[in-house]
Amino acid sequence: MVTGGVDIGASATKAALLNGKGALLGSAVLRSGVDFAASANKALQAALGEAELTAGEVGPIFACGYGRGNAAFAAATRTEIACHAAGAYHYFPRALTVVDIGGQDNKIIKVAAGGARTSFKMNRKCAAGTGAFLEEMALRLDLPLESLNDLAAGATEEASLGAYCTVFTATEVLAKIRAGVAVAALVKGLFRSVVKRVLEMDTLEGTVVMTGGVVAHNPHLAVMLAQEAGREVKLPPRPQLTGAIGAALLARRSLEQDAA
Amino acid sequence: MSDAPPPIAATKLMKKLMAEHFLGLDRAAREGSPKVAWCTSVGPAELLHALGFLVYYPENHGALLGATRMASETIPVANAAGYSPDICSYLTADVGAFLKGVTPLTKAYGIKGVPRPDVLVFNTNQCRDVQDWFQWYGRHFGAPVIGVRTQRGVGPVLDSMVADVSRQIQYLVPALEQISGNKFDIDRLRETVGLSKQCTVMWRRVLEYGAKHPAQLSFFDHTIHMAPAVVLRGLPEAVTYYDTLLAELVERDKEGLAAVPGERFRLYWDGMPVWGRLRMLGDLMASLHTAIVASTYCNSWIFDAFDPADPFISMARAYLDLFIVRDEAFKERYILDHVALYGCHGVVFHDAKTCPNNSNNRYAMPQRLQDLHGVPTLVINGDLNDLRCFSDEQARTNLEAFVEQIEELAA
Ligand code: SF4
Repeated sequence: MVTGGVDIGASATKAALLNGKGALLGSAVLRSGVDFAASANKALQAALGEAELTAGEVGPIFACGYGRGNAAFAAATRTEIACHAAGAYHYFPRALTVVDIGGQDNKIIKVAAGGARTSFKMNRKCAAGTGAFLEEMALRLDLPLESLNDLAAGATEEASLGAYCTVFTATEVLAKIRAGVAVAALVKGLFRSVVKRVLEMDTLEGTVVMTGGVVAHNPHLAVMLAQEAGREVKLPPRPQLTGAIGAALLARRSLEQDAA
Repeated sequence: MSDAPPPIAATKLMKKLMAEHFLGLDRAAREGSPKVAWCTSVGPAELLHALGFLVYYPENHGALLGATRMASETIPVANAAGYSPDICSYLTADVGAFLKGVTPLTKAYGIKGVPRPDVLVFNTNQCRDVQDWFQWYGRHFGAPVIGVRTQRGVGPVLDSMVADVSRQIQYLVPALEQISGNKFDIDRLRETVGLSKQCTVMWRRVLEYGAKHPAQLSFFDHTIHMAPAVVLRGLPEAVTYYDTLLAELVERDKEGLAAVPGERFRLYWDGMPVWGRLRMLGDLMASLHTAIVASTYCNSWIFDAFDPADPFISMARAYLDLFIVRDEAFKERYILDHVALYGCHGVVFHDAKTCPNNSNNRYAMPQRLQDLHGVPTLVINGDLNDLRCFSDEQARTNLEAFVEQIEELAA
């Protein structure tokens, strides 16, 4: 049976429909906006359209993310922590550390070889190192968000940025611009800052998998995390959909448990 | 979901006793008799009562400011006056409230302000902030600030430490005699130490109702019913209250009432309560069918060492024995023992931004409990009073995810 997941995040709403074997049949990514319920509905409709399915042909749908309580069609809710773990484990079934960089928060989730979560950490109440940090900096640098990855990847130099706070970093960036530092070097410095914030949160064990929208659009972050941590970093095929896919997998698991 | 248990009837008596406590203090401060002593939560209250003082606890007032969420309005006032947002938010909430001329006692009891102190008596066994806090009021009221400076980070409680603290308590006597106008009487002190001992024994029995399966009381109940142990310690009223409460708990136990109906999981809470969010957190845990059955914080009013036969020494030992005074190894053992005793599935550490003294996650204890002892742990960021440091959504997601994790591990 097809099951579904919606991940209603602070920035984007994602939907995924999976068949009984865990293959992705349809998906969607939209901006969450201010009406989480409407965004969830729209994302589900778009995923149904892509999968060429009607709502009646889909079994349970689970919701996760900040707006998880707003999806009226959801059979149950799970936290995005459970869903990112399940989604990452689906693609890499072994002991994992999942690094999810979200729009407004970061998570590090440890998963045992058998798939059970053993611990997790969320960033403190501060947006340093999250997608919001990069968005804010892109704005300050007057750069389109989608240009950041290529700039960082192509940079031959890197500006060193020391501040933790987003606002102080912006001040540092302005000072460097005045000093004539190249924009690409600044962007690479900003990426380094994100990587450092992540590595401060927890230790890394097992296979490291990065998930979330920020790495989906900025895969160079995975390259830099791998360099900084000195270990390989994997990405699932659709990093931004990991939570929604995990929710759909947990919906399937609940069906199987009910059947058993 | 099954219904919440009926409210505890003894609460009415507690409200009456608390009203009498605050109205008595207010009257005494206005009439100048009996004298009023301000005391830290683990200051020498027994001695103050023995000398005839009425005892007022600013930390309790700080908690009331937090619970009523007035703290959000008063903390910034103290910040502006030079008291950093990074220091104790009981202090900043309380000093800010004083500067602003507000108190939750007005709405609760019709009292205009906190009772003017004749003396302020601290014990630094919990932190340095209490001393700085009392000094602010000492300067304001021109009242003497005296106290006990206790060792911190204590491993085994050595006789030499006990002797030192005991001597410091005894050195307070002449000043307190002078301020109170009463002569010190060792038999009177034996009496108040005896009453504190009774209170502590009974409070422990109340807390142990959390060890039942399902727990009959949770952390959220404890934070309410601890009030007499906090502010009436050393007085017969506290004993009366816990007598009444325990009798009721025996009956509730026979009926099999649970603090969290349908209890599935049990957690230990380390660190300060988030006073302004107790209701939200209590409701959340109930919706997750998870009971927080024990806590370091509420256990902090258990003083096993009190002994009327040896009042000064036993007071010193009781104050030194406390968790907050001890070293990391003691704390780790203590939490592990309580996790086992109360049958907890995991530990929630509240990292309170403004109280490092009660935030025990900061030297990798959660990692040690998890890695060396297999106890799942979670750290949530927040604060006791400063809700600018607390995010409902983050706390909710963290706690939900923690319960999910425990559930997965159980499966
Ligand atoms: S122990 Fe913490 S909460 Fe209590 S007075 Fe000291 S700093 Fe404040």
